[in-house]
Amino acid sequence: MSLKIENLTANIGDRQILKGLNLEIPKGQVHAIMGKNGSGKSTLAKVMAGHPDYEVTGGSVTLDGLDLFSMGEPDERSRAGLFVAFQYPMEIPGVTIANFIRAALQARLPEGEELDAVEYYEELYKKMDALKIDRKFTSRAVNEGFSGGEKKRCEILQMAMLNPVYAVLDETDSGLDIDALKIVSDGVNAMRSPERGFLVITHYQRLLDYIVPDVVHVMVDGRIVMSGDKTLAHKLEAEGYDWVEKETLATA
Amino acid sequence: METKPDINIDRSIGDFHYDVDYEFDAGTGLTEKTIDYICDVKKDPDWIREFRKDALRKFNSMPMPTHWASPDLENIVFDNIRYYLSQGTQPKRSWDDVPEDVKRTFERLGIPEQERKFLAGVEAQFDSEAAYSNIKAAVGEQGVIFVGSTEGLQKHPEIFKKWFGKVIPTGDNKFSALNSAVFSGGSFIYIPPGVKVKHPLQAYFRINAENFGQFERTLIIADEGSEVMYMEGCTAPKFETSTLHSAVVELVALKGAKIQYITVQNWSSNVFNLVTKRGLAHEEAEIKWIDCNIGSRLTMKYPGVVMKGRKARGEVISIALAGDGQHQDTGAKMIHAADETTSNIVSKSISIGNGRATYRGLVQVGRHLKGCKNNTECDALLINTDSRTDTYPAITVRGKENACQHEASVSKISAEQIFYMQQRGIPEGAAMSLAVNGFVNDLVQQFPMEYSVELKRLIDLEMEGSVG
Repeated sequence: MSLKIENLTANIGDRQILKGLNLEIPKGQVHAIMGKNGSGKSTLAKVMAGHPDYEVTGGSVTLDGLDLFSMGEPDERSRAGLFVAFQYPMEIPGVTIANFIRAALQARLPEGEELDAVEYYEELYKKMDALKIDRKFTSRAVNEGFSGGEKKRCEILQMAMLNPVYAVLDETDSGLDIDALKIVSDGVNAMRSPERGFLVITHYQRLLDYIVPDVVHVMVDGRIVMSGDKTLAHKLEAEGYDWVEKETLATA
Repeated sequence: METKPDINIDRSIGDFHYDVDYEFDAGTGLTEKTIDYICDVKKDPDWIREFRKDALRKFNSMPMPTHWASPDLENIVFDNIRYYLSQGTQPKRSWDDVPEDVKRTFERLGIPEQERKFLAGVEAQFDSEAAYSNIKAAVGEQGVIFVGSTEGLQKHPEIFKKWFGKVIPTGDNKFSALNSAVFSGGSFIYIPPGVKVKHPLQAYFRINAENFGQFERTLIIADEGSEVMYMEGCTAPKFETSTLHSAVVELVALKGAKIQYITVQNWSSNVFNLVTKRGLAHEEAEIKWIDCNIGSRLTMKYPGVVMKGRKARGEVISIALAGDGQHQDTGAKMIHAADETTSNIVSKSISIGNGRATYRGLVQVGRHLKGCKNNTECDALLINTDSRTDTYPAITVRGKENACQHEASVSKISAEQIFYMQQRGIPEGAAMSLAVNGFVNDLVQQFPMEYSVELKRLIDLEMEGSVG
């Protein structure tokens, strides 16, 4: 059981961004992708989610053997168990957090079945408390006027409520101060389980001190070029990415 | 006559029609003969016959208002329309007496059920005439009159004649003239002094026939210190040809009276909906229009209040949803004609696909007046890049001690926001519904509960239908 990406290629317009990417995250593990800006990290997250601006030109992604691309619409992929916490979460004016998450949970129920409102609020409040999100936020519009840290906590709250099988966290640490980083990391760590896999995309090693990965991958120009354990992240932090590029060029 | 099994059944609630045997049919086209036919069937008094014929002359002499309104109006072919269709002019007082073929339409629309649940009275109009009209005994005993316009004219001429055509003159616009020529159906309501009708009165307007024009005429008079809430709903099946709905609604609130008029329309996308609605508010009276425009091909409707007495108050709350291929041209008119009158306009429009929403507002405060206030808020929500919204406010405030404020906003729901919601598992149609319901939520909270549920359901259906 795994999230498996094989030889994935994808374009935006005429430009190829993913150039044959291979990666497998067994259930129960946390993998990290590190890479410079422009290496295609965020594209990978959006392509998996089914963002309409990207065109998949080859390869496959499977969730526990289920072909993600044959599912079509982004909402089907979500209901199949894929969650993406975005680097820049959208503001949805007029739609409260409570109604938004409720609609997302309702969409997972069989037709004709209604979500139990009391149980829902109990669960929501419990998870908000854990993420130190003020309960007043339930009646605020999704991400509207939120600070960077509030937006990221709101992403993690949604993840905690939706219980995905595989979660992709795209630059979740950007815009977070150290306290918020701890809260968000605690939220993610609390969800680590043999039944769930994580892909943590980040620019900096700092996040990986809090969410300790089983495997670290390095992405260069649309491909995974090197993988290792958490010490690889420390080496990248200390020495930068240039040596990786040199090494890959040498072996290419 | 045999009736066909269910045909034309679609996802949308009102989009079905059963074949019905009409006893009276004025045929297609509009001439003096059409008017004579209608007068004969309805046994109209002579003054109404004259009123209608005068209106026909005005209608024929007035140009289409295409110098400011949509050129789509030119596509109405008046010669192809049927102006009067009915099974008789006497509405039934009991659903058991309503002919089966008509009754099942209203049952399918849930009208008898709503009546039992929360209404003080119901009138159900089928094409040109009311098939059913009844009020609860307790309300009738208070002296409340709630009948069709024909019955109001025949049985209560002293009240009817005094106010009929006084708020909206025949020649107000081309379509008020058309309605005045061929009007049939609609409600006549009189609330005696001091009577506060607790539960809403409701009318339901159903177009069933193809190539048909529905021209109901409603007149509501709330006598001094009385209160009433009137709600109307409307549907029609979707035909290939266009259907015309052109109503005139006149409200009169005498001193200290309150009238609340709520419309939730759900016309199919072949209906031209060209309606004139205006209220006359006397001293300390209050008239509030709540207008929800969903569906239709082109809607033109600008409910108005003429504040004639001191401290009168007018309000228009409107929600317009313009789906693909639809144009909602709506707004409000507030005429301040006395001191210390106040008016409030809140308009929210949603445009989806290549749907188009237009707001036209008119606020007038005369030079000699003082202490008048108007507040206007216009908010537009655009869902995807093709949609279009226009705002044409016309505010004329003369005099020194009058205040007027106007706020407008445009928000957008982009493909990026829809994608974000979809990533959480919410299907595209439901995501748009969520955004639309969020946008109108603060207004919907002012509606009676049954109507806010109905409106939400209509928005959901419209959004599901707009997913490409």
